[in-house]
Amino acid sequence: MAIDEGLQSELKKHGVYVTTWDQLVNWGRSNSIWPLQFGLACCAIEMIATAASRYDIARFGSEIFRASPRQADLMIVAGTVTKKMAPQVVRLYNQMAEPKYVISMGACATSGGPFHTGYNVLKGIDRFIPVDVYIPGCPPTPQALLEGLMKLQQQIKSRSMGQEVSKKQGEYPIPAFGASGLEPRYNPAVWQPPQPSSTPVTSTTPPAS
Amino acid sequence: MLPSLEELKTALEELLPGVAITIDGGSVLVGANDVTAVCRCLKDTERFHLDYLANLAAIDYPPDRIELVYHLYSMAKKHGPVALKVKLPRGNPTVASVTPIWRGAEFQEREAYDLYGVTFTGHPDLRRILMWDGFNGHPMRKDYVVEDQDKLER
Repeated sequence: MAIDEGLQSELKKHGVYVTTWDQLVNWGRSNSIWPLQFGLACCAIEMIATAASRYDIARFGSEIFRASPRQADLMIVAGTVTKKMAPQVVRLYNQMAEPKYVISMGACATSGGPFHTGYNVLKGIDRFIPVDVYIPGCPPTPQALLEGLMKLQQQIKSRSMGQEVSKKQGEYPIPAFGASGLEPRYNPAVWQPPQPSSTPVTSTTPPAS
Repeated sequence: MLPSLEELKTALEELLPGVAITIDGGSVLVGANDVTAVCRCLKDTERFHLDYLANLAAIDYPPDRIELVYHLYSMAKKHGPVALKVKLPRGNPTVASVTPIWRGAEFQEREAYDLYGVTFTGHPDLRRILMWDGFNGHPMRKDYVVEDQDKLER
């Protein structure tokens, strides 16, 4: 970490490379993020396009979509998470090996999107699992997904391995099917409902003259 | 060539005496008790031979009625559709199942049962298809209240 950048580039000119353990490890980790191969709705089509030759996610080292959560370290929640699907998404996340990351791709995965007021759609996957990068769009373009991936790579590069290990939180509780929706509605450890503003709204009555 | 609605109506009334049939817009309206007889007749009569149920949907018209719409085609004669409508009371919508006539009605009737609460008597396996067991209410009814509307939660 604490290498003088001037000295580092000076040594580089003479063919001597100086780095730190964290930089070396993070260089490797951030350039071989293996996503979990699953899609939930139309965002998955854009994700597939991102993986195909035209946009080519392989340029970022993330082309190996694993069909098993045990072998993946990135979950791209691509699409609408219905309440019926949410327990399975949380279960898949629990089965992934640490350290693991989540990209919430598109309006639906982030907030429910156009189905926000529906009876059957979860209003954001961040109510049950921690999300690292949110990508706006409906659906996001492949460029936007690549931008999100690059943001995640920056995050990984900025953390040390020790931070990643201390971040480990074990399994997240899996919601159950209740009488009118999921029970509980959200996991308070990762998401809290927005609180009403504590400062009173400025009075609209004109000052007494 | 599919007969016109008027011809369909007179033919059905000849074949099924005592069954009341009215023409409602572009569709044939039958009473809730006559659904089985009319459907069986439309499928088995050589002239119509409507052997394919393309669509079975429910519509909620609060406060008092739920309508079912059946769209029938003939694969053998290559004609259709015939739209069949049934009006049911919203308090207790019950109608005979057409699954014994068209096997393809099974899942569509389960969907109408799940989302609108229409009971189909004679259905072989009437249970929820989209929502889970233990879910309360029928969410496509217009007076269904979603658990968490656009409001700040506690």
